[in-house]
Amino acid sequence: MIDTRAVAPAAGPLIDAHAHFYHAGAGRSDWADVNAARFRAGEQMGITYHVASVLGSYGFSSPTYFPSPNDVTTGNDVMLALCVAEPERVRMFVTVNPNYTSHALAEIDRCVARGAIGIKLLASRRADDPLLDPIADVAAARGLPVLHHIWQHRRREWPSQEISDGADLARLADRHGGATFILAHIGGGGDYMHTFPAVADSPNIYPDLSGSGVDRGMLDSAIEALGTERLLWGSDLTMCTGLAKLRALDAIGLGELEIANMRWRNAVRIFPAGSFPRATAPGGVPA
Amino acid sequence: MIDVNALIGPYPFRHVPHPDPEILVRVLDREGLQSAWVGHLPSAFHRDPGAGNGELYKALEPFASRLRPVPVVRPDWPHWERSLHTAASAGAPAVRVYPPQWGLGPHDAGMRDLAIAAGEQGMATLLTVRFEDLRQRHPMDGAGDLAAAAIRDLARAGNAVRLVVTAAGREMIEEVHWSLTYEEQRRVFWDISWIWGPPEDHLAKLFRTVGAERFVFGTHWPMRLTQTPRANLDLLPDDVRGAVLADAATICSAATDRTVQRSQ
Repeated sequence: MIDTRAVAPAAGPLIDAHAHFYHAGAGRSDWADVNAARFRAGEQMGITYHVASVLGSYGFSSPTYFPSPNDVTTGNDVMLALCVAEPERVRMFVTVNPNYTSHALAEIDRCVARGAIGIKLLASRRADDPLLDPIADVAAARGLPVLHHIWQHRRREWPSQEISDGADLARLADRHGGATFILAHIGGGGDYMHTFPAVADSPNIYPDLSGSGVDRGMLDSAIEALGTERLLWGSDLTMCTGLAKLRALDAIGLGELEIANMRWRNAVRIFPAGSFPRATAPGGVPA
Repeated sequence: MIDVNALIGPYPFRHVPHPDPEILVRVLDREGLQSAWVGHLPSAFHRDPGAGNGELYKALEPFASRLRPVPVVRPDWPHWERSLHTAASAGAPAVRVYPPQWGLGPHDAGMRDLAIAAGEQGMATLLTVRFEDLRQRHPMDGAGDLAAAAIRDLARAGNAVRLVVTAAGREMIEEVHWSLTYEEQRRVFWDISWIWGPPEDHLAKLFRTVGAERFVFGTHWPMRLTQTPRANLDLLPDDVRGAVLADAATICSAATDRTVQRSQ
């Protein structure tokens, strides 16, 4: 059912390139309410597709950013089931922990065979670590974008994660020119002004706009540094900030095509062909 | 709708585009906001806020019908009472205070005196929990977030006190609200600039528990996207959609009425 309380600028399809869902094993009793709230807000905002991942048990039985193989598999099973239940609007990143190479590669095989369209890497290993190479190789070979959790400018270690920043991811991306990487949430903490120059010369890195940070000037700076062809709209854990960014994009004087690039065209371009059949320009013109 | 949390002037730790009053007025028009309470951003980091207040009054003069000054008054500075009087004379709806930036602890007696005196003169005391996300701060920005204990202490200081707390999140709001008596709770208003919407729905949860009447509209312009609080309200679930925020224009009238009654 379409929510009639549309709140976002009406500008064609909208692909959320960074979403998450919860499940009963995530250690919170309101998990179903949170999932329902994502769909509710998504309807209001006009989200055509939620490209989502489940991060293991979200800390309940292993750490969110260092999920155990069992929790990785459980979370991926939840996402697979959600894709079956919501085929019109949910797409899946298969989550892996690169410390367990054979498990990670097997999970990618298993989930891609059942419809996963990308790979989610958390902060289980630094982005430029050689353990990520076999995963990046598979991503390149199969045309699967890798969404990598990122801290914007890593000045120190942060607890509960082996965090990477734009410079770390750029080293991985430069080693794997045939793979596509999505740099997570430029508004997700740290200094985005460090990220933009750090990845500017790595054309296979596409930052997403998600994150609770809504600094005025962040979007303008991202567009100035990278261009609208390199940015993806996303919401992550705060859909209100995602909506605010949509409205801000509308307010900063961009053209229709530039906005469409970030809303959906870039996503259609970097994910496997046919991932988003409902994402077409008005009149049914594909990206 | 009044934006209680706007500022003009540059920020010391990063570039903020066009933090100017004429731009703010255009933003108010675009967002359909009636007016704004406006502070002077650099003054938060000055030792003596006097010069910054002067700049604020002067800068807002041409926009007096839309932009109301919210100067800084520092209670550990000599003759702060005069600054407070000047603020009242200038029609300030509130005064801004920055205890973490001044190194004042959560139980500072001067802060209590100031909050009471401001309320008795019909002005709220406006507190800022944070200017930026803790995760992105400059290494020299070591003040830290405002502590919940500091808000509690001021809310308990007296009947005349009216607090507007900006940039607080759900946990802090709940901690303070449920640590106060009903009477004390009514002295505190929270801006919604830093409260999350779906999928966690913090704002909706707070409206259901704390009550929408304890919240006011604030954007944190020019630091943050002005569109965020409105987006948050637009995404509220059905049961709290249409909830009515407190009218910022009346925050202090209740306090002054009560003060007058008490002095009669």
